[in-house]
Parts: sequence; structure tokens; C-alpha cells
Amino acid sequence: MMSLDFIAATFMRLMAALQVTLSVWALSVFIGAFIGGGVAWMRVSGVKPVEWLARAYVFVFRGTPLLVQLFIVYYGLSSFPVIRGSVFWLFLRDAFNCAALSCALCTAAYQSEIFRGALAGVPHGQVEAARACGMSGFLLFRRVIFPIALRQALPAYSTEVISMVKATALVSLVTLWDVMSVALKIRNDTLVTYTPLLIAGAIYFVVNYLIARAFIFIEQWLSPHLRSRSA
Amino acid sequence: MDWLTALGFGERGWGPALLQGAMMTLFVSGAGLAIGAALGSLVAWAKLSGVRIAGAIGEGYAALFRGLPELLVVYFVYFGSSALLTATAHLLGVEGFVGVPAFAAGALAVGVISGSYQAEVFRGAFLAVAKGEIEAARAVGMGRLLMFRRIIAPQVLRYAIPGLGNLWQVALKDSSLISVTGLTELMRASQLASNSTHKPFTYYVAGGALYLLLTAFSDRVFDFAERRATRGMRREAT
Repeated sequence: MMSLDFIAATFMRLMAALQVTLSVWALSVFIGAFIGGGVAWMRVSGVKPVEWLARAYVFVFRGTPLLVQLFIVYYGLSSFPVIRGSVFWLFLRDAFNCAALSCALCTAAYQSEIFRGALAGVPHGQVEAARACGMSGFLLFRRVIFPIALRQALPAYSTEVISMVKATALVSLVTLWDVMSVALKIRNDTLVTYTPLLIAGAIYFVVNYLIARAFIFIEQWLSPHLRSRSA
Repeated sequence: MDWLTALGFGERGWGPALLQGAMMTLFVSGAGLAIGAALGSLVAWAKLSGVRIAGAIGEGYAALFRGLPELLVVYFVYFGSSALLTATAHLLGVEGFVGVPAFAAGALAVGVISGSYQAEVFRGAFLAVAKGEIEAARAVGMGRLLMFRRIIAPQVLRYAIPGLGNLWQVALKDSSLISVTGLTELMRASQLASNSTHKPFTYYVAGGALYLLLTAFSDRVFDFAERRATRGMRREAT
């Protein structure tokens, strides 16, 4: 019963579904980076009400499960006739948009904390030196703060990005055909208990492994000064 | 005041159901954290033991469960543990399907995920224990068990508190995934309420608020525990 044909066919179907998983992932990480950047910027803005708003955002989105957020967006918002009648409905009626939106809002909260930590980790002396050379504003940010902060953010950022790959499995619960839901469907249709889930797990694992390797590569590439000279 | 009746304790209110769900979330996450602590310390010990094979097995387990989606682990543990139990029951002569209780499967799923992360927390905490203290304990002639009980365990726990606090939050949030197995924890309770009243927004927001309460409150508890556990330690000037 457990033929190679079945394994191959399951693998192909799951690989086809990987596109949905990766689209939700890439979109949410990308959009989340912008929102997260904005929230981090609000957090260090020095204006109390703005800072407070950013804190509240992080508190709410990190303090509740993504599944709840997803269901509020997908099931909750669509239950209001006002929203169903508005222009937002063009966007929200699609499960894919809801999934990407809630994943983006959630990862933005985590990413903003990573950005904030990285900004706080830029040595004061570097900023002072740049100021002493007459740099300020955007130039200071682009040439000094951003490159240093980026390097410091990378390890935590890779963890967050990988955890988002895993989080996208939740979109299977809002009718999207990602790797997880296709695996469950094959399982239900064929009554083969483990193979579909095992293959799905292997696919997720390999994707995460590749992302982790990519980040290690980027990290090494961006910190040539830390490489030992003999190596 | 429509939502007040909806969330209230009256006949048509789902307030008690949600609160019960929140209690269940606490229990199942707590059981999961405990299972994770057992697995995590075992893996940490395997990695620190210097025995190559033990370390490799521990590392393999941790890497595997950190690389798989939590939802997949929940499904796998749920289906897998039932199949295992059924097979065992067949060996003992019991016919038919034997299901693992959703609570046990859920706690186990949260536990194996949490354990893969707790391993690093415990390993780091052990390495933070000053070598001199262990040497001193040996010098006064303490045996391995006594040394573990008096010197190592208390300090490892102290250093592990911040990391465990983070993982507790993760366990609380991961426990929402157990709702797919039918265990009536907070997520499932909100789902049931919204399905039977057709007010998804009200109930998911209420469920989310309760999660927020749980995470915020436990954050305070761990902060307090950390301050208390480190009260005798010298603080670095900040």
C-alpha cells in the first residue's frame, strides 16, 4: 500500500502547495518589516503618546496567539455588514489577503522589538564620531546607524523569519491550500495516517534549514571584520 | 449593551465558558511547560555530558522540533499518540480504537515543542553557574547528588527564570493550536461561542483579551520570581 508512487505523488502535490505557504510568508515578512520599522521608530521617537501607542501595539500583538488574530480578521471583521459593504471587503473577502495581513501585523510586533534592540545596541561612540564629522539626519542613519544595527539584528531576525514559516501553517485553518492543509486533505482522502504529515514536515524543515543557512551566509558576508585573518 | 449579555454570566452569556476555557489553557500550558522542562533538562544534560551519541540525539531532537510548524506537531502528536495507544491496547487484547485524551495529547505537543527550546535555556543556565562553586562543593566532599541538589539545581533554576518566562508565554500561545484536536481551551471556547451565536468578532476579541490577561499577568509573576531569586546577587551598575 505504501508505494513509492504514493510518496512521489504526495510530495509533488505538497510542493505545489509550497507556493501558497511561501507567498504568505514572504508577503507577511516583507510588509511586517515596514510596519515593524514604523513601530520601532515610533517607540524611539521620544514623543510620549506616540511611544505609548507603539508599546500598546507590541503588547497586544505579542500577547495574543496568532490564531486569535487571524480569526478576528477573517471571521470577525467579515461578520459586520458595514465592512461587507465597504471597499475593504474587496480586500478582506479573500482568505489569502486576511492571512497575509494578520501574519504581517503579528510579525511586525516582533520585528519592531528586534529593530528597537538593534538600534539601542549601536555604540554611542560611533554616533558621536559621526556627528563630530558633521554627519546628521539621514546620512548618519544610512552610513553609521543602519549598517551597525542591521548586523546586530540579523541573528534575532533569522529566528523570527523562520518562526513565521512555521506560523504560516495556521492559514490552513482559514481555507487556504498551503502545505499543511494539503497534507491534511491527502491524509483524509487516502486514510494514510502519517506519510503526508511526515513529507510535509520534511518540506517545512528543509525550507527552514535553507533560510537559516542563508542568514548565516549573510551574517558572515556582512561582518568581514569578525572573520579570523588566518581563515 | 448587547455584548455585555453576550459575555455575561446570564443564561445567554458565554462568560463562564470562556473563563473555563482560560483555566484549561492555563492547565494544559502548565502541563506542557512541565513536560518541556523534563525533556529540556534531559537534552541539556545529554549535551553537557560529553557523551557524543547522547549529545547528538539531544541536538537532533531539539533541531527537529524547532524546525517544524507547531500546528504540524500538534496534529502529529495527536494522531500519533492515539495510534500508538491503540497498537499497545491491541497487544493487550483490547479491540478497537483507543483515543488519547485531548488534554494529554495537547500537553505532550506543547511539551515537546517547549522542550526543544528549554534545552538551550537549561544548558545556558548551567554554564552560568560559576565553576568555582562546583569545585568548592567537590572540595568539601559532596557527592554528585548532593551537589546537584544543593549547588547546581538552585542556581540553574535562578538563571533559567527569564528564559522560562519567555517560553511560558510561547506555551500559552501555542496551546491555542490544541483547539484543532477538540480540547475546549480558551481558543476552542471562543470558537464554540462564536459559532453558536454568529458573533465571531465579539468572542474572538474576548478570547484574545483573556489571552492578553494571561500573558500580561504571568509576565508580572516571572518578573517577581526573577527579582526574588536574584535578590542576593550583586547587581552590575547600569
